[in-house]
Amino acid sequence: MKDELTRQELLRRAALGAGLLSMPGLVAACGSSGGGSAGGKKVLAKTLHFSNWTLYMDTNKKKHTFPSLDEFQRRTGVHVDYVEDVNDNASFFGKIQGQLRRGRSIGRDIIVMTDNSRYPSLLVKKRWVEKLDKSAIPNFKNLEPVQQHPAWDPNRDYSLPWQSGITGIAFNDKLTNPVLSIDDLLGNPKLKGKITLLNEMGDCLSLVMLSNGDDPAHVTDATFDRAMKKIKKAVDSGQVRQFTGNDYAPPLARGDLTAAMSWSGDIAQLGNASIHWNLPTDGGDTWTDNMLIPTGGDVYTASVYMNYVYDPTVQGQMEAGNPKKNITGIYYIPPVVGAREAALKVNPAVANNPLIFPTKHMLDNIHLFDPSALNNEKYLTAWQNLISA
Amino acid sequence: MGFFHQHRGLTPYLLLAPGLLWLGVFFLVPLGFLAYQSLQSGSIDFGYAFTWSWGNYWNAIKNYHGHFVRSFEYAGIATVVALVVSYPVAYWIAFRGGRWKNLLLLGIVAPFFVTYLIRTLAWETILADHGFVVNTLRDLHLVSANGRILATSTAVIAGITYNFLPFMALPLYVSIEQIDVRLIEAAEDLYASKLHAFLRVTLPLSLPGIVAGTLLTFIPAAGDFINAQLLGSTQNHMIGNVIQSKFLELTDYPAAASMSFVLMAAIVASVLLYARAVGTEQLTG
Repeated sequence: MKDELTRQELLRRAALGAGLLSMPGLVAACGSSGGGSAGGKKVLAKTLHFSNWTLYMDTNKKKHTFPSLDEFQRRTGVHVDYVEDVNDNASFFGKIQGQLRRGRSIGRDIIVMTDNSRYPSLLVKKRWVEKLDKSAIPNFKNLEPVQQHPAWDPNRDYSLPWQSGITGIAFNDKLTNPVLSIDDLLGNPKLKGKITLLNEMGDCLSLVMLSNGDDPAHVTDATFDRAMKKIKKAVDSGQVRQFTGNDYAPPLARGDLTAAMSWSGDIAQLGNASIHWNLPTDGGDTWTDNMLIPTGGDVYTASVYMNYVYDPTVQGQMEAGNPKKNITGIYYIPPVVGAREAALKVNPAVANNPLIFPTKHMLDNIHLFDPSALNNEKYLTAWQNLISA
Repeated sequence: MGFFHQHRGLTPYLLLAPGLLWLGVFFLVPLGFLAYQSLQSGSIDFGYAFTWSWGNYWNAIKNYHGHFVRSFEYAGIATVVALVVSYPVAYWIAFRGGRWKNLLLLGIVAPFFVTYLIRTLAWETILADHGFVVNTLRDLHLVSANGRILATSTAVIAGITYNFLPFMALPLYVSIEQIDVRLIEAAEDLYASKLHAFLRVTLPLSLPGIVAGTLLTFIPAAGDFINAQLLGSTQNHMIGNVIQSKFLELTDYPAAASMSFVLMAAIVASVLLYARAVGTEQLTG
């Protein structure tokens, strides 16, 4: 432990005096013999393999680089092989589960999956993920208190949040009056065939249940049926054009859609002045994407990276980007205490954006979806049948 | 060499070996595994076990017969439209293309230089609700003021037709191009009208191309899911969409596997019926 703290101190100093000290040299000096961290070896790998969702990293749009990943390499000598190959939870899980089931590595050290799908809890339950090396993550203390004890990983032994988001309603003010409630979205005849709903069961049902006055955190057969009936009615009447993942964004920007059930950060990233995002009047739902180390991943190197992004200054910069340097930020909700203060220094517009740093009113009106419902085969099948008619 | 001289009978088998090996390893083995999986039961949480659960097949038909019917309907319409569109084009290129033949054929294949996904996504832009095409159709009152094309069955069928058109056009071209023009001249010399000459001579001689083209179009179209996913709405999903979501989203492998088999059986049955109707010799040309 003491050794580890010294190491962290070294890393920090290296960052400060990067001009003087070359990090690869330092790593070599630490006696790196290469290889993974099997057996709890505290040796950094040369490369960290990181699978994430698209548009989920601070990006220099001119140079097509990821500044925070470059900075990580500068500090530690670890190159991050950053792959944006998570398109949606279900299909990514479909891709990796075959190898994990056989106990084989999937060639990744960090993957990111959402807690309002059943997959993170399934991965933990099946032990298809490695335990974090918390001794390498002193910045663990910066994890937002609300995020510390999720039911599926009560002590955060296997996961750390990447970002969170809120599900609500986006509308185009050139094409409609404000659409602020689910009842309006599903019932207003002027919106017929011009709206989409999300294909993630947790997101869609949460919002509809809230509009029914039901609690999405405790799903019963009755509340489930009531919500499904309401959605089915809107589908059968032609009100709902499609169920979508992230792909509602282009038609919304193009004007094919007047309104859409959508995720907060996407609308912030879209940056279209006529498209507004709101928390529905009856409340919205929130979810968190989680970093996990799949079986065979390099625990130590992955943990060191997690520690890096849990540094409030780093997190603040990743979140806010830097308009002067043409860097766009992540624009979702960071799980790190102190990130807002850091963001305020580089990009006040982002730090004051309630979609990124939600107001108290917002936080009071967002709900979590019942995790047990996410694993209910009966619900899952009924949902899949509804969205594929 | 002496060995081959002594065992001449072996040569055809040796020539066939690479192809058979390929087919065995990459088609029959996975197919066998799929069949095995289709009779399993269980879930990703608790694992799957082989239980001879024929119920998977019954459930596939009972719950999703609408999707099967829709898939065959869309694929059938797309095949007919592709035939009607391609035939005159192939005919014209074969008989009137002259020195432009190769360039014109390249034109038919050109969209294939772009990936399937991008080709299909392009139609999202072309058919956008406020795009040029739909606005024009609205002005002509072919689409109602509030109507749209995207996210309708029209868009899905048009997308399938477009994406599989070359599979129809190229075999048609090949068989029309082989027709001896003197036969048509002879028919006309024998007082057949242009129409009669076409119906009695050209059309029957191009039948192998028609059969090959329709099969190459219909079979993959019936299992397609990309067009329905990108250009259709929830009401236009085909059986391919259901299989895809069962496999990857619900990880209900037994259900997905049994549905794949039902689809395969339905396609084989319709191909056999078709072959019987047009005559098997046309299948081999």
